[in-house]
Amino acid sequence: MHIMEGFLPPSHCIAWGAASAPFLVHGAVKLRRVMREHPQARLTLAASGAFTFVLSALKMPSVTGSCSHPTGTGLGAVLFGPPVMAILGAIVLLFQALLLAHGGITTLGANIFSMAIVGPWVSYGLWRLCTSMGLSMAIGVFVGAAVGDWATYITTSVQLALAYPDAASGFTGAFLKFAGVFALTQVPLAIAEGFLTVLVMNALSEKTQVLEDLGLVRGRP
Amino acid sequence: MRLISRRARYLLGLATLALVVAPLIFVKGQYGGSDDQGSAAVAASRPGFHPWFEPIWKPPSPEIESLLFALQAAIGAGTIGYVVGRIHGAAKEREAQNNKKASPTDVAT
Repeated sequence: MHIMEGFLPPSHCIAWGAASAPFLVHGAVKLRRVMREHPQARLTLAASGAFTFVLSALKMPSVTGSCSHPTGTGLGAVLFGPPVMAILGAIVLLFQALLLAHGGITTLGANIFSMAIVGPWVSYGLWRLCTSMGLSMAIGVFVGAAVGDWATYITTSVQLALAYPDAASGFTGAFLKFAGVFALTQVPLAIAEGFLTVLVMNALSEKTQVLEDLGLVRGRP
Repeated sequence: MRLISRRARYLLGLATLALVVAPLIFVKGQYGGSDDQGSAAVAASRPGFHPWFEPIWKPPSPEIESLLFALQAAIGAGTIGYVVGRIHGAAKEREAQNNKKASPTDVAT
């Protein structure tokens, strides 16, 4: 989902940067509050950041015969809320832009918007929806993480289509073309990310009260 | 709180592995990156397209690039392993202390 350096027109770079900025400010405030109110969850917070660090470095093969990488933002979005993930995701994207020439400084705002804002919010929203419908925590986390991953790539397709509408078919034609590159390849990887997120969240929570401490489930009666 | 049973844990692990390995066995492809394909699609739709900005620094070779990607994954995986290990270690210690407290000699006195 990384849009490469210089691949969005300057006006789009500024617009996506401006759209992402308030989420980052909000995220910084929330992150400080989480560290203050839940000092015992600091290790879990580090693991959530580390999870997106690992997954976004792994380019994995998919059924379309091309490779893509998961995003790993669903775990932290469920545990600490999407605003916190905006910061953690932005750090990962900055690292990749500066050291790996993957993504870019000019496209940082757009990439933050897709991976660190839309993905986490979709994950969080679907997790809330699933658990409020009475589905188990594991199913909620799986659906949230998988669809959040996929939504990130759909957002990238929208961003590219807005910048490069097709001469004949306009935005829709361009969107279908870019989604053809990203969306199908991402389906099995998003499902794999959903499974992995459930496994890691289980490893982080099975011997601890972290879910209860963070208010995600009710404490023991 | 435990999310899934021990058996479900193994099944999920295997399913994840299968999802990633199956394409390599059953699908013939170039296995290029979708990020680069996206960039190529932009360039193809606009003949003469040039990115207006170049990365400030690029890894000098594919080897260095894969080194940095591996480093990124290693730092992340190492951190997760450390955290899970510490959490489980602390839980074991707590359990041992609880057992000591609840030992029959203490209860008798």
